[in-house]
Amino acid sequence: MLGVVRQKVGTGGSPLTVAILGKTLPFLRAAATPLRSYSSAAKEMTVRDALNSALDEEMSADPRVFLMGEEVGEYQGAYKISKGLLDKYGPDRVIDTPITEAGFTGIGVGAAYHGLKPVIEFMTFNFSMQAIDHIINSAAKSNYMSAGQLSVPIVFRGPNGAAAGVGAQHSQCYAAWYASCPGLKVLTPYSSEDARGLLKAAIRDPDPVVFLENELLYGESFPVSAEVLDSSFSLPIGKAKIEKEGKDVTITAFSKMVGLALEAADILAKEGINAEVINLRSIRPLDRATINASVQKTNRLVTVEEGFPQHGIGAEICTSVIEESFGYLDAPVERIAGADVPMPYAANLERLAVPQVEDIVRAAKRACYRSVPMAVAA
Amino acid sequence: MAAWFRRTRAVAHYLRRNNGCTPSSSRGILVDCQGMPVPAAVPMPVVQPLESVWIGRATGRISPTRFPIFSAMRFESTRAEKHLESLQEVEDDDDAQVLDFPGGKVTFTSKMQFIPESSEKRVPCYRVLDDYGQPTEYDFSDQVNEELAVKMYTDMVTLQIMDAIFYEAQRQGRISFYLTSMGEEAINIASAAALTDDDVVLPQYREQGVLLWRGFTLQEFANQCFGNKVDYGKGRQMPIHYGSNKHNYFTVSSPIATQIPQAVGAAYSLKMDKKSACVAAYFGDGSTSEGDFHAGLNFAAVMEAPVIFICRNNGWAISTHIREQFRSDGIVVRGQAYGIRSIRVDGNDALAVYSAVREAREMAIKDQMPILIEVLTYRVGHHSTSDDSTKYRPMDEIEHWKMLRNPVNRFRKWVERKMWWDDKREVELRNNIRNQVLQAIQTAEKYEKPPLSDLFRDVYDALPSNLHEQESQLRETIKRHPKDYPLDVPV
Repeated sequence: MLGVVRQKVGTGGSPLTVAILGKTLPFLRAAATPLRSYSSAAKEMTVRDALNSALDEEMSADPRVFLMGEEVGEYQGAYKISKGLLDKYGPDRVIDTPITEAGFTGIGVGAAYHGLKPVIEFMTFNFSMQAIDHIINSAAKSNYMSAGQLSVPIVFRGPNGAAAGVGAQHSQCYAAWYASCPGLKVLTPYSSEDARGLLKAAIRDPDPVVFLENELLYGESFPVSAEVLDSSFSLPIGKAKIEKEGKDVTITAFSKMVGLALEAADILAKEGINAEVINLRSIRPLDRATINASVQKTNRLVTVEEGFPQHGIGAEICTSVIEESFGYLDAPVERIAGADVPMPYAANLERLAVPQVEDIVRAAKRACYRSVPMAVAA
Repeated sequence: MAAWFRRTRAVAHYLRRNNGCTPSSSRGILVDCQGMPVPAAVPMPVVQPLESVWIGRATGRISPTRFPIFSAMRFESTRAEKHLESLQEVEDDDDAQVLDFPGGKVTFTSKMQFIPESSEKRVPCYRVLDDYGQPTEYDFSDQVNEELAVKMYTDMVTLQIMDAIFYEAQRQGRISFYLTSMGEEAINIASAAALTDDDVVLPQYREQGVLLWRGFTLQEFANQCFGNKVDYGKGRQMPIHYGSNKHNYFTVSSPIATQIPQAVGAAYSLKMDKKSACVAAYFGDGSTSEGDFHAGLNFAAVMEAPVIFICRNNGWAISTHIREQFRSDGIVVRGQAYGIRSIRVDGNDALAVYSAVREAREMAIKDQMPILIEVLTYRVGHHSTSDDSTKYRPMDEIEHWKMLRNPVNRFRKWVERKMWWDDKREVELRNNIRNQVLQAIQTAEKYEKPPLSDLFRDVYDALPSNLHEQESQLRETIKRHPKDYPLDVPV
C-alpha cells in the first residue's frame, strides 16, 4: 500500500456525512413526528456514517483500539467506512495492509493476545476464508485452550452476503459458519442504530466478535435518536429487537432481510395478517427467549435469511422453537433462504437466487393456512 | 553479495544505521566457518548491492524513539529515488543510466542475465565451538561467565532427561502424547538465555526448553501433560501445549506457523508501547511452507516490527525431508527476499546460538526491525510419540547425530575445559534431575482432574446463559446417575 496515490477526500454525499464525523456539532432537534420504536426521532443517519462514527468514538475513547485492513487508510476504506480516520488517528492506528488476509488476521490476533484491541476489516467476508484458521483456531478457541491466559478482544468486520451483481465468490453469507463456533460472538446489524450500538459493544467486548455488515445497507438512511448519537451508546449483545409487534405470525430476519420482512409485513397487514417482525441483531448468542416468546404468542414462524438453506440460521431457529415451544406451533415452521446454488451474476438470475418480499409474503400466508394456489397468484 | 558478519564486541565491524555510512565502506566480506575470507568473486547477482538500498533508509528519519513511527516511511517508494540519487554508486557494466520505477531507481543492463536459482556456495554457517567443544576463534567467556554457562548446561541436561522420561511415560500409557526436543537442546536453552524475561515468546511446540529456562518447574510441565486440576491450562489441551503468562510464553497452538504473523502482531503491540523488548517466534523448517510464514515475514518488514524469527531447520517435518519441503538454500536466503536481515547459525553450538540471538535482540529492539535466524540442527527424536522415524530414515543417521554431534556433550566439553564442571557434578546432576522428574510425574498423576465447572468456563470472558444452563443440566444428570460418572473428576 505504500506509494498509493492519496485519494482526494471529497465531501461527496449528504451534508450529514460531514456533520456526523465531528462529534462537537450540535444535534438539531427537528420537530418530526416520533417514529414507532424510537424514543424521539430527529435526524437520519446512513449505516455507513453510523459505523464510521462508532469507530471514531471507540478509537478516541480507548488508545488500544486500532483498525487494520486493505484500503482502510489512504483510500478511506473500500466502502468508505473508515473515512477520515487515518487523518485523525495516524498510520499507527489505521493500518493499510498488504494483500494477505491470513497475514493481517494473524497479526491482529497476536496483537490482541498482547493487549491491543484490533478491528480487522475484511473487504468482504468471502475473503475471510483465507484467514479462517486464525479466526476459528486462534481467535475463537484461545481463551478456552489457554484457560483464560490468552484473551482475544478482537473485532472482525466487513460486508457479508449478497450485494448487487458481484457473483459467487463475493456473495456468500457467513453467518451460519461463524455462528456455529463456540468462542465467537456473531452480530448482524440492520439499521444505523444497530450499526452504532452493536459495533461499539463489539469493540468493547473482551471476546472475539464477527461483525457482519451488508454492502447494500451502507447507503441506507435510518432515523436516529439523541440517545443513539451519544458516544456512550451501545446495544446489548444477545438481544433481538422486535421491529414491529404483531400477533398472527412471527417473522425472524437479520441484516438486509429485516427490511424485506418489514415490507412483507406491510403487505400482509393489508390482507389482515398482523405479522411480528424480529430483527435478530445477534446470531451468536441467539436470542432464543425473544424468538420463543414471540412464537408462543403468534403460534406461527417464518425464518428469513439470505444465505444457503442447509445448516443455516433458520435451521437453528426452527430447532430451538421445536425444543422450547413445540406445543405452541399451529403450523410447520417456514424457512426462507437463498437458493442452494453459488450466486449467479446475471441480474435476473441473481434476483431469483435471493429471497424477495413476495417469497416472505407467500411463506407467511402458508404458515397462516391462507396461501393462494400458485396458478392464481398475481 | 554482502553478508553481515560479527566477530566479537572488541572487533565490532558491523554497521549501525543511525551513524550513516557510504556504500564503499560497507562492503561486507564473505567468511567461511573458519573465519577465512572467501574470494569475493561471488557468481552474478545482478541486483544492486544490498548496501545502497539499505542506505536509502538510513536517513535518520527512522528513529524508534520518535512518533509517528513510520509515517515517513509511507512515502518511501516515491522519495527513495532522491536518496538513492545522492548515495548510489552506479557500478554496473555498460550503462550508467538509471530509470525510476515505483520502488526506486534501477540501473539498466544490456546483458540478459537470470539470477541463478541457487548460489554456487551455500550461505555459511556461524559457529563458535568445533565438534569437540573447542572455540574456533574467540573464547566467549566475556559474554558467558561461569554462572551463566553452568545454568545453561544444567538446563540442557534437565531438558534431555525430562524429555526422555516423559517420552517413556507416554510409552507406558501414563500420558497420551509427548514430543521431545532431542538434538535441539542448545537451540532451546541458549536462545532462551540470550532473551530477557520481558521478551515475549511464541513457540511452535518443540521449545519446552525455553520455558524451562524461564523457570517453569518440572512439576508444572508434568501437570500440563497429565491435564490435572493444577494445570495452568485446566486440562483443556493435549500434552506439551504449555502456556504461561507469567513466563511470557504464549500457549502452544497446534496449527503450524500460525504463531508467525501473531508474533508480528504482538511485536507491534510492544512497538506501540515503546517497550525495550522484542518477540521471539520459533518454528521449524516445515512451517516455512505455510502461507503464514510468507505473510508474517513480509509484514514484519513492512511494519518494522521488533521480532526475532528463529527457524529450527532440523532436516525433517515428520517424514518430509527438507529436500521435499523447499528447494532454496535453507531458510536464511529467504530473509533478504522480504527485506529482513538474516543469519545462519550452527544450532548445535550453544555459544553460537547464544551470541547470535543476543545480537539479533539488540538489533531488533534498537533498530526496530525483524531478524531471521536459521539454526541448523538435526531432529534426533521421532517427530512425536505418534511417529516411528526409523520407517523413513536410517538408524545409523540418527545414531550419528545422537552420539557424535550431540549439542549437550559439545557444550559440556567447553564448560569442563574451563574447569566449571566435572564428572562428579555430572553424575549428581543427572541423578537429581531424574528423581525430580519421576517425583513430578508421580505427584501429577495423583492430582485430581479439573472440576466440571472448568468444562464450561473461558469459552467467553463471562459465562453465557446457555452454558450456565447446560452446566446445571449436566449436574442434574450426574446426581441422578452417579454410577455413569468417573470417580476422579471432581464435580
